[in-house]
Amino acid sequence: MANPVSKLGFRTLRFVEELGGMAAFAADVTRTVVAPPPRLASFSRELFKLGVLSLIIICVCGLTVGMVLGLQGHHTLVRYGATQSLGAVVGLSLIRELGPVITALLVAGRAGSATAAEIASMVTTQQLDGLRMLSIDPVSFVIKPKAMAMQIVTPLLTAMFICCGLYGGYLIGVGVLGGDAGSYMGSLKSAVDFRNDIACCLVKSVVFGFFLGLIATYRGYTSVATAEGVSAATTSSVVISSVTVLLADYVITALWGI
Amino acid sequence: MQQPALGDLAEKPAGDVVVLDRVHMVYRDRPVFTSLSCGFVRGRISVILGGSGSGKTTILRLIGGLVRPESGAVLVDGQDISRLSALELKLMRRKLGMTFQGGSLLDSYSVFDNVALPLREQPGYGERQIADEVHAILKAVDVADADNLLPGELSGGMLRRVALARAIIRKPAVLLCDEPFSGLDPISIRRMATLLMDINRQFGITMIVVSHDIHSTMRMADHVLLLLGGRMVEGTPAELRQSGDAEAAEFFQDGLDRQPGRVR
Repeated sequence: MANPVSKLGFRTLRFVEELGGMAAFAADVTRTVVAPPPRLASFSRELFKLGVLSLIIICVCGLTVGMVLGLQGHHTLVRYGATQSLGAVVGLSLIRELGPVITALLVAGRAGSATAAEIASMVTTQQLDGLRMLSIDPVSFVIKPKAMAMQIVTPLLTAMFICCGLYGGYLIGVGVLGGDAGSYMGSLKSAVDFRNDIACCLVKSVVFGFFLGLIATYRGYTSVATAEGVSAATTSSVVISSVTVLLADYVITALWGI
Repeated sequence: MQQPALGDLAEKPAGDVVVLDRVHMVYRDRPVFTSLSCGFVRGRISVILGGSGSGKTTILRLIGGLVRPESGAVLVDGQDISRLSALELKLMRRKLGMTFQGGSLLDSYSVFDNVALPLREQPGYGERQIADEVHAILKAVDVADADNLLPGELSGGMLRRVALARAIIRKPAVLLCDEPFSGLDPISIRRMATLLMDINRQFGITMIVVSHDIHSTMRMADHVLLLLGGRMVEGTPAELRQSGDAEAAEFFQDGLDRQPGRVR
């Protein structure tokens, strides 16, 4: 009986230790963000890598999700004779939940895993130790631009995802199923509220961006310096990010009072 | 080679510039050293020899402040590096240069940008001055034509020389070299050893080299520190080779016999 209890205790301690490590790392990254040098060249390179190169997958997924919502929404609404509300159904689903959450999961899978793998391979090949010996802080040089870029691109990609999704719903609801374009846009406009929907969506995507950047860089930075360590960092980055996004989504939604 | 001004440490009178005092080090619950004490003389080339897992690289990492000992002191120019704050350590590392076994160059940066990096991170350098210094140092280590290549496009020997150029461009007083000859062919080993000796002679940089290569050690070392299963033997290469310590003599003889690719 003592064995499972001690195992549980050990795992709890490890979890608390990991949380503490991540909090200290977050504080260190925040310190470098406000301290010079700004590292704008690295930051813009990361914006391109994490943001621009994720655009296609985000747009395609957004369009597909919008099309599915349009199709499902139309078939449900037609039973109640409320197909004129399709714009509201698609818009609210995308803006409140699906947009920020699916975008964050996609960013975790594409950009987050790439970030964790890149940093972990730098640990394995002693590139970070090399920087330390040149009196260069690896957190400022490597981590800061990546974490900041992730923070910026997540809300922007969320906006792109939602726009593509709205167009996908319109394409199916109006273009394929013959709904009224004016009703689609009108119901969308009247249903979406700035405070409850747009602001909540923005807050979610900013919080998700913070966690995605933090988790991906932390897992890479603290990885074991072996090939297995790179793979473990990549996998754990995606898994922890995904779970954190879903938990944070629930917490924000509950706190927002919708 | 252009004569850069040296850091403070190199200009001081002779004596031990780096001292390990009763250092106790543990790696994954296994003691690597128990009360290791040794010194590295200013301006000399010291080579650390020993079997795999004997803690040679750990000594370099201790001196560079990349790891901290369980107990004991690691003194660099009289300051215990294991007790410095992050900022003090950053300042202290300006006096140190280090090359790693795999080069540790940033793989997404060109050779030029890798070597220019330490200068770009220091205030007061213009791009023109940086370009001049980088080209001079690349020429000195014989990789002048490789400045636009990425580290992945370099041979093992070129990679080591570029890493060396990056380590010495900021004119350190102490240079730590981790296995600079590993994986190199005999000609490249000889070129690398000659290059290290030239740098030591011209700039008076104190060098602490971890190596497995007995021939280059015999050629370049002023002082050898041999780690043998938890104990340490030190002296000049000739002293160790002819010492009454059977294990040390055997280590040297085995090393000499095992390397048929020696180039004279």
